[in-house]
Amino acid sequence: MSTVKMHLLVCGGTGCVSSYSPQVAESLIKELEAHGLQDECKVVKTGCFGFCEQGPIVKVIPDNTFYTKVAPEDAKEIIEEHIIKGRKVDRLLYTDPKKQEHVPDSKHMEFYKKQIRIALRNCGFIDPENIEEAIARDAYSALGKCLTELTPQEVIDIIKKSGLRGRGGGGFPTGIKWEIAAKNASDQKYVVCNADEGDPGAFMDRSVLEGDPHSVLEAMAICGYCIGANKGLIYIRAEYPLAIKRLKIAIKQAMEYGVLGDDIFGTGFSFHIELRYGAGAFVCGEETALIHSMEGQRGEPTVKPPFPAEAGYLGKPTNVNNVETFANVPPIILKGAEWFSSIGTERSKGTKVFALAGKINNVGLIEVPMGITLREVIFEIGGGIKNGKKFKAVQTGGPSGGCLTETHLDTPIDFDNLLAAGSMMGSGGMIVMDEDDCMVSIAKFFLEFTVEESCGKCSPCRIGNKRLYEILDKITQGKGTMEDLELLRNLSEVIKDTSLCGLGQSSPNPVLSTLTNFWDEYVEHVTEKKCRAGQCTALKKYIIDEEACVGCTACARACPVNAISGERKMPHNINQDICIKCGACYEKCKFNAIFIK
Amino acid sequence: MSSIHIKLKDKDCQTIKEICESFNNDPGELINILHKAQEHFGYLPAEVQETIAQNLNISVAKVYGVVTFYSFFSMTPKGKHPISVCTGTACYVRGAEKVLEELKKELKISVGETTPDGKFSLSCLRCVGACGLAPVVMIGDKTYGRVAPEDVKKIIEEYNS
Amino acid sequence: MSLINIKINGKELQVEEGTTILQAAKKVGIEIPTLCYMNLHDLNIEHNPGGCRICVVEVEGRRNLAPSCVTKVWEGMSVKTHTMRVLNARRTVMELILSDHPFECLTCAKNGNCDLQKLAQDLGVREIHYQGEQSTYKEDKSPAIIRDMDKCIMCRRCETMCNDVQTCGVLSGINRGFTAVVAPAFEQDLIKSPCTFCGQCVAVCPTGALTERDYTNRVIRALADPTKTVIVQTAPAVRVALGEEFGLPAGTIVTGKMVAALRRLGFDKVYDTDFAADLTIMEEGTEFLDRLSRYLNGDKNVKLPILTSCCPGWVNFFEYNFPDMRDIPSTAKSPQQMFGAIAKTYLAEKLGVKRENLVVVSVMPCLAKKYEAEREEFRVDGNPDVDFSISTRELAHLIKQTIGDIKDLPDEDFDKLMGESTGAGVIFGNTGGVIEAACRTAYEIYTGKTLEKVEFHQLRGFESVRSAVVDFDGLKLNIGIAHGLGNARKLLECIRNGECEFHAIEIMACPGGCIGGGGQPLHHGNTEILKARAAAIYKEDEGKALRKSHENPEIIKLYEEFLGKPSSEKAHHLLHTKYFDKKKRIYIEK
Repeated sequence: MSTVKMHLLVCGGTGCVSSYSPQVAESLIKELEAHGLQDECKVVKTGCFGFCEQGPIVKVIPDNTFYTKVAPEDAKEIIEEHIIKGRKVDRLLYTDPKKQEHVPDSKHMEFYKKQIRIALRNCGFIDPENIEEAIARDAYSALGKCLTELTPQEVIDIIKKSGLRGRGGGGFPTGIKWEIAAKNASDQKYVVCNADEGDPGAFMDRSVLEGDPHSVLEAMAICGYCIGANKGLIYIRAEYPLAIKRLKIAIKQAMEYGVLGDDIFGTGFSFHIELRYGAGAFVCGEETALIHSMEGQRGEPTVKPPFPAEAGYLGKPTNVNNVETFANVPPIILKGAEWFSSIGTERSKGTKVFALAGKINNVGLIEVPMGITLREVIFEIGGGIKNGKKFKAVQTGGPSGGCLTETHLDTPIDFDNLLAAGSMMGSGGMIVMDEDDCMVSIAKFFLEFTVEESCGKCSPCRIGNKRLYEILDKITQGKGTMEDLELLRNLSEVIKDTSLCGLGQSSPNPVLSTLTNFWDEYVEHVTEKKCRAGQCTALKKYIIDEEACVGCTACARACPVNAISGERKMPHNINQDICIKCGACYEKCKFNAIFIK
Repeated sequence: MSSIHIKLKDKDCQTIKEICESFNNDPGELINILHKAQEHFGYLPAEVQETIAQNLNISVAKVYGVVTFYSFFSMTPKGKHPISVCTGTACYVRGAEKVLEELKKELKISVGETTPDGKFSLSCLRCVGACGLAPVVMIGDKTYGRVAPEDVKKIIEEYNS
Repeated sequence: MSLINIKINGKELQVEEGTTILQAAKKVGIEIPTLCYMNLHDLNIEHNPGGCRICVVEVEGRRNLAPSCVTKVWEGMSVKTHTMRVLNARRTVMELILSDHPFECLTCAKNGNCDLQKLAQDLGVREIHYQGEQSTYKEDKSPAIIRDMDKCIMCRRCETMCNDVQTCGVLSGINRGFTAVVAPAFEQDLIKSPCTFCGQCVAVCPTGALTERDYTNRVIRALADPTKTVIVQTAPAVRVALGEEFGLPAGTIVTGKMVAALRRLGFDKVYDTDFAADLTIMEEGTEFLDRLSRYLNGDKNVKLPILTSCCPGWVNFFEYNFPDMRDIPSTAKSPQQMFGAIAKTYLAEKLGVKRENLVVVSVMPCLAKKYEAEREEFRVDGNPDVDFSISTRELAHLIKQTIGDIKDLPDEDFDKLMGESTGAGVIFGNTGGVIEAACRTAYEIYTGKTLEKVEFHQLRGFESVRSAVVDFDGLKLNIGIAHGLGNARKLLECIRNGECEFHAIEIMACPGGCIGGGGQPLHHGNTEILKARAAAIYKEDEGKALRKSHENPEIIKLYEEFLGKPSSEKAHHLLHTKYFDKKKRIYIEK
């Protein structure tokens, strides 16, 4: 151990693994061995660094050099230049998009400057398959402190005081949730970790489980101690094979080290954790649906009350929290409620992990203090809009959230502000859109998702969302009327007002927020039959510029429906009634004589 | 329409029995059991569902109700090279739909179908979490990132030689 | 139980803890419309998935509307049931439901008797603003039940009846979202599923999604055919329920008017299934006494308890679910089939009509009877003993189409030969009735004494599983009774595990017995109707001069002239059947 002078951290998150980071790690090890440096420099496969856009990432410790887009072939150069000669490989360093300069280390990267990492504290630092590395960074010491120094109520009080709210969407105060579950007497209780991350475009839970599984296991045990449960269940998406693998390894190692299992630390407290697999149903993120799914049923939600804290899994009091919420618990215990509540805003404490994606330069996973503005996130951390395009909207909260505009850029992000702006924190997806994105189509995209994911139990969600989708589709086809816009609003409001569970109660948000913030765009689609983003195919008009057309007939020959007429060497014309907007003429024209309106 | 009597081989029935027993024949473990069965058979044909129902002593209608609820479970065999297109939001705004259209055209099948030669099947999934690589296509365990519609032909060809 | 103070529409009231808003509102005379909700309180069946969202109300302090059928009141709760916000929500939800429902009201079997139709009217829906794709499914026509799932509104009542009450496990919610629907496994037809055709799903379906297979057209064709002699038999439970279809109060006995109506419809003879019920007692009672005396004489191989076998839904149930116990039920056919077998032999000869020209129609409170009539074993050279079985509802339709009403018809008597019956035959319609009828006859035969008091009150009632002791002059007989197939299952598992010792058990598939059958006028969730029918059955029994099956003069004559004695070879051939193991029937449709 003492001989190790340097570490090469290779990102082992799903994003980087997909772009061959395991091969990069292998090559690095081979090169080190070839130079006999294996005892001085260690290669560690860690969890996600968050900077997925530029993966695979290799970080050199202790100098924090941050290499991006590393290929297996680059290993030789990294070892020979950097490790042996101490010269950074310039071409692999991250380039700041604004300054167009190479950044020597992660500390100087805009991407990391404003981040505060609590939930992600160990992601990208430890080998998640090695419990010793986690323990070296204080894993299970919070559990030890709880079991030996604090009563369950004292722990609950700390969590309550910290102001931690559920990170899965609703934002319910975690401490109060635990307290209710603790007060319901029962011979058996359960702690459930909701890892059924189904929001399309959010992957923070997976990253935590892949990068730091022990933080979740530890927090579940702490929760079990507080509410009086000795069994924990992790409901995880079957589509997350890497997270499942690492969780299994982590549980096994934790049992071997006696930090999970029977009589933990000799205190008499026992806690066992099992995995349950989701099977591809977004609605199972709703806690009653999740519980039914764990019971082997269709994942249909049931009316609350009774809440899971009264009658949950197998009818027993059950506390359900999501992955990120749990990951916040051990640091709160170790550093205190005051430390945690000093971060964030009045009613939203701590940090939030966001999955930053879409038309943004730095796609990735970030953890920022509550209260940071959208502008800071998008333009500083995110590095601004891709290809120098103009910012148009940011969608937060996934299918339950809404689209925010430029006017919201300086709003501090927290649970209440997002809700007031017509969106939601949700699980933390943040998708940035530019001028090429049609907001009607975006609303339609989310409704298509909801229609597919609605469980079908209650009529407003089952039929109402389908009708919302159909009206939106009609508008993108250029067949919408102003009455349709009225109907959209009424229907959205009734669906929100009458649906059984959170899915239906929030599914119209993408429609309502775009109706409010992009009303003109809707009206344009309806009255002018125009899509300003040029995304709605049916509204595209291919027109021949008579000046530029030389009458070569190439377009007419390419047209599959014979919509183009004109004499040879004379300007041609497209019959808009026949045109199917396939774009074949546009591609064929060598004289740039066809344009899209 | 004719009714035919498909029988599972004794060996297959035994496998299902063992899977169910490994979960104590507990109907509460139905979803885990279905996962295991699908892992083994590649899909969940009616006969497998019938046999699971018998072992767990629950109605086959219930098993079918669960199978049809979850998109992960399939009653049709997947292709030798299952292709999944991520249609999460990040991939959507970066053009996943166009890639999907191209795949449909190239393979001449719709989503949820398998090519007649059994080689490819096409499905959509929501966010594999590789948003940095959007749009993403997975073929088997291999991930293709930043796929453009033009790349589709070349990618398919890798598997056709 | 503590009392809770709440306010509904400004009105203050006190209700018990645990009361729902819906129940509380009812107490002060406020009706909140419901659709998926169903409460059969006398049968302990409550179905409140909170799925349709029609019954939503405003609760002060709550962000969204609350479903009143499942939301329990709390101290200080203030509810508003009919605000504009609520009305708009209800109407919009109704429009949504209708937007996914075919506009076939004019030709729908439920036209005029449809909960959805009535509610749409009540809510004032005149226009459907939200048009779009409608769900379509293939129609499933079994001999007894037609499933037209295009009309399904996902209230899931049928699922509750099939799975929780009847424990048949045929139906389940399948798929999800817009394509979600209730169906048998693999969306196969009912005939390929373990459906018992009890028809309880049909009885509770609020729309035309589940209806009986209508045979009235075939009956009309037979009646119009001059070469056919068409006769009809009517089951005991029909006469106490038919009147409801014509606006008479539940429990009105319309036997005479029903006979008159059937004659006017053109049936050549109008007979009574009650006659065949008496015949069933003769055969089943004899079989019981035979098994009992062998048992008392120490025969270890004899199967006791004996189980009744006159309910075809129940027969289907044990053939699917308990085939290993299929030698326990009596081999006696059901009254419907006994009637058919005798009609096409004894009666045909008496009437001088060839078997193939005699058409036997039955009017039944039941849908499983339709399936039973089609069973292979109840045919001779392809010709069925019972040609068509129609339900009480179908008969009412037929009468409405032709005569219009029954109220003004005179009371007429059944025809002779197979029209006489005793009170014992009548009570077959109630849960506990068959076993009581059997006791009346078995007692006298076993003891050789006259039974002075014919009513066995210990066998009566609505409790789902009952047991009673009947004293046969010192011999104490343990009798078990179950109605509803879920209760039957409990009793059968009890027997299989050797946990209970009965001599005889009566089982009826439908809650309440035949009076609550799947072919009866719809009770729309009002179980008072079932109680009124049950009371009428006992009243009809009391009014009969003869109340023991073996005293029926036409039965006596039948044995003298044709069958010999009960359980004779001829009786066995015509009046007994056998059961099949249908458990391992796995069909995969390709």
